[in-house]
Amino acid sequence: MKKTLSLLVVALLLFMSCPPDDSLEPETLTATLSFTHNWDATSVTSGNFNTIQYTNANGEQLSIERLRYLISDVTFIRDNGEAIIIDGYNLVDVTNAEGLSYTVPNQLPKGTYTSVSFTFGLDTEDNVDGAYLDLNSASFNVPMMLGGGYHYMQFDGKYIDDTATVTGFNYHTIRAVDNPGANPTFPQDTFFEVDLGPVTINNDATLEVKMNIAEWFKNPNTWNLNDLDTVLMPNSAAQIMMHENGKSVFSLGAITE
Amino acid sequence: MRCIWVIFIGFYSLLFCGSCSNESVQQYEPTPLQLNIPPLFEQNILAPIIPSSNPLTVEGVALGKKLFFDPMLSGDNTQSCATCHAPQNAFTDETRFSDGIDGVFGNRNSMPLFNLAWNYNERFAWDGRELSLERQAFEPVTNPIEMHSNWQEVAIKLQEDSEYPILFNLAFGTSAIDSTLVTKAIAQFERTLISGNSKFDRHLLNQETLTPEELNGFNVFMDEARGDCFHCHGNANNPLWTDNLFHNNGLDATFTDLGLGAVTGDPSDNAKFRSPSLRNLRFTAPYMHDGRFATLDEVINHYSEGLQASATIDPLMKKVDQGGVQLTDQDKADLKAFLLSLTDVEFVSNPDFQNP
Repeated sequence: MKKTLSLLVVALLLFMSCPPDDSLEPETLTATLSFTHNWDATSVTSGNFNTIQYTNANGEQLSIERLRYLISDVTFIRDNGEAIIIDGYNLVDVTNAEGLSYTVPNQLPKGTYTSVSFTFGLDTEDNVDGAYLDLNSASFNVPMMLGGGYHYMQFDGKYIDDTATVTGFNYHTIRAVDNPGANPTFPQDTFFEVDLGPVTINNDATLEVKMNIAEWFKNPNTWNLNDLDTVLMPNSAAQIMMHENGKSVFSLGAITE
Repeated sequence: MRCIWVIFIGFYSLLFCGSCSNESVQQYEPTPLQLNIPPLFEQNILAPIIPSSNPLTVEGVALGKKLFFDPMLSGDNTQSCATCHAPQNAFTDETRFSDGIDGVFGNRNSMPLFNLAWNYNERFAWDGRELSLERQAFEPVTNPIEMHSNWQEVAIKLQEDSEYPILFNLAFGTSAIDSTLVTKAIAQFERTLISGNSKFDRHLLNQETLTPEELNGFNVFMDEARGDCFHCHGNANNPLWTDNLFHNNGLDATFTDLGLGAVTGDPSDNAKFRSPSLRNLRFTAPYMHDGRFATLDEVINHYSEGLQASATIDPLMKKVDQGGVQLTDQDKADLKAFLLSLTDVEFVSNPDFQNP
């Protein structure tokens, strides 16, 4: 009987020591990046692939047949200046509708962030040849003669060229490289940071990341597919132009909490 | 009243004890089997796909091997799986098309069988119509131009055999034979067919040196401005030498065989076929889904000068208006030398894979 009474007292004390319900609310949240794609505001999914129906800034009509790209090192900057860097990557495969949603593995504090950003591709430190088994399995590699590592993006399709012939294009972005071979050199970095701007999030949130595919052909370099359609990987000048055009491709869309 | 309680408690005690004694009886479990994964596979790519509904066991693989080589699976007991998938040919055969038990020929070249557990999206056959190895194994037995049998007859024949009921019991804990267990066993055996010991593998492991011709051939393979083979057939970091995906590689301007398109019903998939692995090409001629090319030279010439434009040709096919990538004779010869360095002689002579 004494033992039962003691247990009851302990249980009561434990119950009384619990904080009020309000303080049980978590101070952290889960953030998910949701990748959507459009052509100058017209939604694009794999269901729109394989038909010549888009016109780029240079006036070439084209189709999309394959689109997949890497983003990495998602970074949240808190309003106190603290940077929360998510060390990792996500392969967005639009063709197969895989990787379109990327849940950040770390819990984030609630509040205001002055910036949410990510790296398009892999920075040089992370772009280690053969290092990632899933990307190797997806054959996303770059040949060693071009420095190794991984593609940043594979974007393939067909366009109607100046002779009215339907022709393939391979808009593949990688680290710009010169002197392909045993000792390649790298004129400049071509991964880049995408800053989606400030956000305030107080609950589990989904942040839409919009890619305007048309921008790859538009700004600041008007892309002429007749001049630059294939074999762009060993073309460092083309890679640098893609890098420049890529900076206006992404924007922040809806935030859903 | 007290008596009822005694009976009640006694009854449940009995049940409890009964359940205890049941648990103490050891259930028979077949012996788990781990795949012998080559080092380059282990180091570079994701783990193989082994379905939880059909784990590999020593007894299951042994049974699957016996079934794979057993002509009892065909209608007239003349053909086994190995008839069209022979070990000495890296589990394909030497003919353009294979004839079934009635002498009727199909319209597809028999696919080689190896490294199947690494087909991550699990679409098998040239056109991707089979969504697992187990389902693939189900089809040829009843196909009227292949083994032309039916599963009831096969099950009866196996059931009446002096050995099979025992072997099924060892593999699956039941001697009641049906198509599900037969295909599970065959799939288990097929998942053990691993090829990963070629000269090029040993080169990557610093155990063997390539010739200058083989090295140049590898560079042709990896060079976007020359062969550009790697986008579909992988690279030194992917020892499968295939993406296991579906492409129209420019064989025809008009299509008689729709390939993946006939499976999905999507016209944009017409004339797309699965990229085969480039391992063991020495043993797997003729080439392509319809075996149209008798030699590797013909294959290389196709990509160099023979491409045919069509609505679904893959954009990765370069210079289609010129017929292809226009390789020099030297680059063609070296590319062939490199491709042959992916030959795995040990695989085709492995005693574990021969007719028991």
